Amino acid sequence: MRPLVAERRYATEPAPRAVAAAAPQGGQPGAQRRDPAPTRMAYRMQRLWLTPLFRVVVRVGVPAFVLSLAVLLWLGNDARRAAILAQIDAWKVAVENRPEFRVNVLQITGASPSLDAAIRDMLALKLPMSSFDIDLEAARARIATLDAVEGVTVRVAGSGALEVGITERVPALVWRRGEELDLLDKTGRRIARILVRGDRPDLPLLAGEGANAAAAEALRIVAAAGPVKDRLRGLVRVGERRWDLVLDRDQRILLPASEPVRALERLLALDKAEDLLNRDILTVDLRNRQRPTLRLAPDALREMRRAMGLVTVENDL
Amino acid sequence: MTDLYQSQRAMRNMRRAAMQRGVVAILDIGSSKIACLVLRFDGPERRRETDGVGSMAGQSQFRIIGAATTRSRGVRFGEIHAMSETERAIRTAVQAAQKMANVRVDHVIACFAGAEPRSYGLAGEIELQDSVVTEQDVARVLASCDMPDIGQGREVLHAQPVNFALDHRSGLGDPRGQIGNRLACDMHLLSVEASVVQNLFYCIKRCDLELAGIASSAYVSGISSLVEDEQELGAACIDMGGGATGLSIFIKKHMIYADSVRMGGDHITLDISKGLQVPMAVAERIKTKHGGVHATSMDDREMIEMGGDSGDWEKDSRRVSRTELIGIMRPRVEEILEEARARLDAAGFDHLPSQQIVLTGGASQIPGLDTLATRILGQRVRLGRPLRIQGLPQAVTGPAFSSSVGLCLFATSPQDEWWDFDIPTEKYPARSLKRAFKWFKDNW
Repeated sequence: MRPLVAERRYATEPAPRAVAAAAPQGGQPGAQRRDPAPTRMAYRMQRLWLTPLFRVVVRVGVPAFVLSLAVLLWLGNDARRAAILAQIDAWKVAVENRPEFRVNVLQITGASPSLDAAIRDMLALKLPMSSFDIDLEAARARIATLDAVEGVTVRVAGSGALEVGITERVPALVWRRGEELDLLDKTGRRIARILVRGDRPDLPLLAGEGANAAAAEALRIVAAAGPVKDRLRGLVRVGERRWDLVLDRDQRILLPASEPVRALERLLALDKAEDLLNRDILTVDLRNRQRPTLRLAPDALREMRRAMGLVTVENDL
Repeated sequence: MTDLYQSQRAMRNMRRAAMQRGVVAILDIGSSKIACLVLRFDGPERRRETDGVGSMAGQSQFRIIGAATTRSRGVRFGEIHAMSETERAIRTAVQAAQKMANVRVDHVIACFAGAEPRSYGLAGEIELQDSVVTEQDVARVLASCDMPDIGQGREVLHAQPVNFALDHRSGLGDPRGQIGNRLACDMHLLSVEASVVQNLFYCIKRCDLELAGIASSAYVSGISSLVEDEQELGAACIDMGGGATGLSIFIKKHMIYADSVRMGGDHITLDISKGLQVPMAVAERIKTKHGGVHATSMDDREMIEMGGDSGDWEKDSRRVSRTELIGIMRPRVEEILEEARARLDAAGFDHLPSQQIVLTGGASQIPGLDTLATRILGQRVRLGRPLRIQGLPQAVTGPAFSSSVGLCLFATSPQDEWWDFDIPTEKYPARSLKRAFKWFKDNW
């Protein structure tokens, strides 16, 4: 007698169409059909997966996070980071040292030989070197600090040359300060020092404190003083305010602080008419426009008084 | 009553939210199958200036991007019978549809056939305060309809204004802006068992979905299978489902009556199963493959293999002639149709100007049903199939899916219901604004 729970003696042969139909067949433990319904969990997971934000997070956010975390952890090691930086530096140096980027010559154009030497001295480039190592902007700034340089362009030319183009300042005046003699350009900026006045006899001489600040005015006065150019010794700045025109025989023309050129022109006109400056005069004082004043030399004064019949008592005091 | 009003309003808002999001699911919970369609709205709903349906019968705004059908479990007579089984079946259908659509759906609009729908005709009438009809007046006239005694434990499923009359002019579709003195309205109210609706709510909530609307399946299959002139002139739709047969009568494009017969295709299968002593699955197969309602002499010679795996050779190798099968099926089909006839007569269907009857639903595919129905229901019977809508898979175009398709149409352009109108201002609880003012005056 077989127990009721024993294996079936005959293999159940499921009717093919009955399987196709979907009715649950009770009492057939062997033919237990799989439940087509998703479990609650599977259903929720599928819905979650269909949520756009979740999809983006899973597909982009999580991989990006994992990747960045891995990279950060890998870079957390100091030695490794240093090795990477060293490698990068090595590559950089290798590229910079290629002959295409090498600078062989320093070409300076538009500079006098002494300025040329000064610039070469100042830059002190150890050629040949890589163009990446040359800081053009700094070089330009340093060259521009030279007094004799008005404008400068620095560029790396294609042929491996560092081209420095210089515009020099043109000396227009000589300024005496005590023992020193400086060359000034027309704006009054100091250019260079000269040792003796004889080095530049062609340039007018200035003296006095603050003369460089009024260099333009001085040049105008010198130009206006053309008729007495042969006698002109120089200009003296008085009190950083006005000019004295010094002629030979120690004659001085004291110009006013305002409109000195016009005052000078008036004097020169007077001179042309009356031959004033050739007389024995020490000083022409033009400071007061209404009342130009002359100071005669002592002999001339005595002579004039005698001629006028005036007797003066003089003593040695 | 207000509870339901609020919940229906909430569902309407949910539906609006779903439309805004662009995706909504349709769930047809039937006794023999559960169908889930996923609709995608292409643009905002545009109201046409003129009356009538838009291009492609107003369906150009949406298309179906996911469709799935699963065998229903735990549903009997169109009502949820075993909650967890139904929940699983809904999950199956929704998951498959979501997978096809590749979109997550959160809002679902459902329909069901059972729950003993009962129709009531309501009438209301008000004097207009102002001679021009405003929205408030429409709300007031709807609120003035007397609520019939729908019975304990029943809820209102549909409450649709079907007709407005202004003074002596009746048949107005939209009385707003018109001038008159008395505004009257007729409303059709469909009540169902509350417990069934609650079960449905609960079941759908357990699937992590939100219900954005519910409808009676008789109503929605009428929407999809009656053509426009039938809806206009008067017609009845008989949706022969698995567990229940729904009836709906339409006139002037409004449903005026709905009912359901608690018999359907499953009962025919059960009869075959009982009569031929075969399992239900076999009976279902025999019914769909060889079923019919008109026996001819040819059918005597057509023998049907029944099969089976009882182990008894005699029993498993039985054969039955098709005539016998028809002899089993026909009385049940006749019974269903006669019951439907009785319901239609009770509703006064024979007073309608046009008495077109459209048979649809899965059980209407029995060969020869239209001839049999003609004898019982009258001459003007036709078999109906649902409208074609964009993106509908071929497998879902049969008459068994007329309520699914109708539900799509219902979801996209629902009929105005009572809860789409605002509560008339005087019904607001004790004038809350005024009370707030009073509180400020008293306390400050």
